[in-house]
Amino acid sequence: MTNWPPPLHLVGAWLALVALLVLTVSLAHLPLGAFNAAIAMSIGAVKAAIVAAIFMELRHRDATTLIFAGAGLFWLGILLWLGMMDFLTRT
Amino acid sequence: MPETRAFAPQFVSGRHRDEAAALGMWVFIATEVLLFGALILGYFVYRHLHPAGFAAASSRTDLVIGTANTAILLTSSFAVAWAVEAFSAETRKFCATLLACAIGLGIAFLVLKSFEYRSEYREHLVPGIDFKFDPVHVDGAQLFFLFYFVATGLHALHMMIGIAVLGVMALLINRTPSARHRTALHSAALYWHFVDVVWIFLFALVYLPGRAA
Repeated sequence: MTNWPPPLHLVGAWLALVALLVLTVSLAHLPLGAFNAAIAMSIGAVKAAIVAAIFMELRHRDATTLIFAGAGLFWLGILLWLGMMDFLTRT
Repeated sequence: MPETRAFAPQFVSGRHRDEAAALGMWVFIATEVLLFGALILGYFVYRHLHPAGFAAASSRTDLVIGTANTAILLTSSFAVAWAVEAFSAETRKFCATLLACAIGLGIAFLVLKSFEYRSEYREHLVPGIDFKFDPVHVDGAQLFFLFYFVATGLHALHMMIGIAVLGVMALLINRTPSARHRTALHSAALYWHFVDVVWIFLFALVYLPGRAA
């Protein structure tokens, strides 16, 4: 079959994603206090970045596409930042 | 002259059309980011107000099914990305087969999710339907499970739409592959990968907290 093996960068991305999944489930069982949440979200962000860069092919896209893709993140950042500010700073 | 109408009059070239389609898809994804983002903001607010309740409720979710479903979705995304790479006139059968694999994995995800919903219903973890939880954490736990059902339900709806879109793409590509299908496949793939990314974050928010205690 001419399509075998699959493209190496896709296999690499898939292996990295599964490895990060195993890592995040393992680390969730360690008693690290507040760091557990930070680790879970950071590993989630790395997995999302791998999907966006390789599966969604953002690493091969021009600046316009990156700006359009980044716009969602930008507004999400404003939403979470301004939304949480009151709760995180109120005493 | 079959190729003169290959792209609509507002475009100067086929490439122009493809780029417009990709940008439009990213705008749509940005609106979806904010849709799920608003839910996740609610989650963070209530987790901040009820940290112990959220941890206790989260530890009652099924980590085995959650982890399996994450692996299933990551693999389905891999299959779709491969189908995009493999797309050409000669490989259309192979491309359609890869899409069929991704659809199968998507259905497996939904089946596992429904088993999960069923056991949560039996364990009285559905807010509003005879919800039962340890009285110290009941308020936070109810809010957690409210988020859980709304967010995973909305995600499951996106999965169903994605499965339907991939199914249409598989049929079209299997029948008559053309440059137009490449663009459509790209857009469908972006949507499927986005649904995968949403799940990556839902997994971290729903299944992982409260496991260390």
